[in-house]
Amino acid sequence: MTDDDAVVDVREVHYAIGGHAVFTGLNVRMRRGAITAVMGPSGTGKTTLLRLIMGQSVAQSGQVSVFGQDVVHLKRRDLYRLRQRVGLLFQNGALLTDLSVFENVAFPVREHADLPEPVLRALVLMKLQAVGLRGAADLMPAELSGGMARRVALARAIVMDPEVLIYDEPFVGLDPISMGVIVRLIQSLNRLLGITSIVVSHDVREIGAIANYSYLLSEGKVVAEGSPAELNREQKDVVRQFMSGSPDGPVPFHYPAPDYFEQLLEHPRA
Amino acid sequence: MISLSHRRSLALNAIAKIGGVSLFLLRLLGQCVPALARPQLVIRQIYNAGARSLVIIMLCGLFVGMVLGLQGYQLLQRFGSESALGVAAALGLIKELGPVLTALLFAGRAGTSLCSEIGLMGATDQLAAMEMMAVDPVRHVVAPRFLGGFIAVPLLTAIFNCVGIYGAQLIGVTMMGIQPGTFWSQMQSAVGLSDVNEGIIKSVVFGATCSLLAVYEGYHAEPTAEGVGLATTRTVVTSAVLVLLFDYILTAAFL
Repeated sequence: MTDDDAVVDVREVHYAIGGHAVFTGLNVRMRRGAITAVMGPSGTGKTTLLRLIMGQSVAQSGQVSVFGQDVVHLKRRDLYRLRQRVGLLFQNGALLTDLSVFENVAFPVREHADLPEPVLRALVLMKLQAVGLRGAADLMPAELSGGMARRVALARAIVMDPEVLIYDEPFVGLDPISMGVIVRLIQSLNRLLGITSIVVSHDVREIGAIANYSYLLSEGKVVAEGSPAELNREQKDVVRQFMSGSPDGPVPFHYPAPDYFEQLLEHPRA
Repeated sequence: MISLSHRRSLALNAIAKIGGVSLFLLRLLGQCVPALARPQLVIRQIYNAGARSLVIIMLCGLFVGMVLGLQGYQLLQRFGSESALGVAAALGLIKELGPVLTALLFAGRAGTSLCSEIGLMGATDQLAAMEMMAVDPVRHVVAPRFLGGFIAVPLLTAIFNCVGIYGAQLIGVTMMGIQPGTFWSQMQSAVGLSDVNEGIIKSVVFGATCSLLAVYEGYHAEPTAEGVGLATTRTVVTSAVLVLLFDYILTAAFL
């Protein structure tokens, strides 16, 4: 991958929160036009990485560049300009609950562009059609299922025609049909619109089917990277455990605790 | 007994909080002008904070006025000056009870609602989603709510005063038999513009205080159910204490 190819470039990032180190020298690069997956066990800082990329959190050291701009040192106005080129799909959709589905999708356009109402209406309906929810335009977010809410959020994320689309755990809590719909949408948006896609997920099978390149994070670092096939061939224990879904291994099942029997037998403090 | 270090940390926390609120106020004021350019957002919040508080404000105003009528009549009767009931009720309401009670009721009814609404928007990632869509939530969510409360409180105070005076009149004139002409004419001659101004200034200060605290606490609430609950409680308690403190300071300043 050359420097010109990288839309997102994270170099030697160290980030700690409340004294707990989340990243210790993280290096990740996302290529233009590709679907890049960021995988890893829960609590490895996948969502934190997205926050760093979007400039919502600031790393203690290292560099985070998006479109060649150092996110850490951008002024608020420039950061907002950069965010207009990036769409983010939140894990829970994060729809504005006081607005209808139509108005939720129209929201970024109303804020950033001065489009005539008929043009705006056509644009929103086209985006809703793309996610199969044109018929739900008048519903309120409270009336939607989890999968529908995420599709509306996806329509909202693409309404400004972003160059990069970031998906935060897009498959969590979805039934197989909704999951299949989201997988197909990620793929078609990437292929038809040429959107660079970053998918944060721990659903190995779904993400393996669509990603061009994957990173596996563990203990604050990238422990493996490559195409899904390469990751499957990887022999490191932590990679094997994650890809096969074993409950115990280098990533322990138990949270660190004192000796089990000693703790059971000790007298409770008054 | 509270140790010296504990006192010091309490004082430092209080100073940090005042600094935090002041910085937030500066950021908020900077976003109020762009928010005013979208009047429909502000009007909606005036409706939410103001119009929806009308019933409770009018009911409380009526009862406070009636109590003032009863107590005032009994007191003034001792000195044979019950005809001054209109003046006593009007001055008491316009200068003190109207602005203070309206602000306290506003903090309880609308302040809590503003705080919890913004807090829940934070807890459900709606504010973060706006940030990610390059929309400043302070401009789109916080500023209209602050302006709505700031504009609504003086209007609610005026309504509280009017209904309160009507309540005092109901007791004094209708029940106790004071001459209506005496009741109203004495009030007209004794209540001056400076008294009304004092009430207006107080209501503006209280409106700004209660609205600012509600939106500040909501915006900075921890994004959990407990965090939003605590922020709501802090809004009411701090608003009540500050309203009474500012009331004392303003009353002393107007003397």
